[in-house]
Amino acid sequence: MIFGLEFPPIQNLVEWPNWFGPEGSWYGFNKIAFINVIALVATTSLFFIAGRSKSLVPKGAKNLVESAVDFIRDGIVLETMGPEGIKYLPYLVSLFFFILITNIFEVIPFFHMPGNARMAGPAVLALLTWAYYIAVGIKHQGPKYFINAIAPAGVPKALLPLVIPIEFLSTFIVRPFSLAVRLFANMLAGHILLVTFSVLCITLFTASLLAIVLPLSFAMLVGLTGFEIMVAFLQAYIFTILAAVYIGSSMHAEH
Amino acid sequence: MSILAQAAAATADKATQQAIAGATNAGMAYGLAAIGPGIGIGYLVGQSVQAMARQPEAAGMVRTTMFLGIAFTEALALIGFVVFILLKFV
Repeated sequence: MIFGLEFPPIQNLVEWPNWFGPEGSWYGFNKIAFINVIALVATTSLFFIAGRSKSLVPKGAKNLVESAVDFIRDGIVLETMGPEGIKYLPYLVSLFFFILITNIFEVIPFFHMPGNARMAGPAVLALLTWAYYIAVGIKHQGPKYFINAIAPAGVPKALLPLVIPIEFLSTFIVRPFSLAVRLFANMLAGHILLVTFSVLCITLFTASLLAIVLPLSFAMLVGLTGFEIMVAFLQAYIFTILAAVYIGSSMHAEH
Repeated sequence: MSILAQAAAATADKATQQAIAGATNAGMAYGLAAIGPGIGIGYLVGQSVQAMARQPEAAGMVRTTMFLGIAFTEALALIGFVVFILLKFV
């Protein structure tokens, strides 16, 4: 109870019962898993359909996909990695689309739950990116990648005991953690914000004098829904651009 | 406000006291965590807008770097938000 407002406990906002399979088992299937499956199928089929049409002039799905790939190539890859990063474009494009579709379920009716508001989804994506940029580093620089990453060239010898722990922490531990927490916390915060205003609208929907405030609250809810669409897009963009920066930084030794 | 909280705490039983303390700490944690990033993002975006206004042809490059900077700065506030959730509900 806050100011007479019956706010549901946080478990009710983010935990969903299993549709089948016992609770806590590895094959249990709930709403979040369903959203992730939809995002997977939608991403794959979108590119499959767009790739099948061989016409030179793009139209329909191909048009959408071509402009999205252009946006990620020009706006993310060329800006952060340069021309040699083009070969990592497929990973970044699929990452972008997967995150965008799982996020956009925050405002889709009957779902109203961002797939990334549970920590598991962002954590897997961040670990995947972590393994990916380490693999790219080893491929480009060999085992020397780890030495280059934790002890950048040009650092005075006396400072190394200080620099090595800091660089190790920031490159191999803080990076995946902040990548996952950024996406998770943004989506959870947006979800809680929308729930707060929905609960306010429902509580104000009475015959009493308080109903005068209802249009204001409802207008705020509509406005925030638009804002959350922007946040869903922005978080997918930021996750992709940070993945690109991390991959780009492990292609060459820092100097 | 703290006087009010003290007055409320004096009359409430132990469980309620703990709930009040938990909520206060959680709110304090998030409030403190939001100060730095607030200043940082304001400064960052302000400088970026200035750069874009001075040199409109560099706007694309500045915008990409600006989003990167926002992402790094914002991380602290978001970690504060997660701490708030942990203190309040777990």
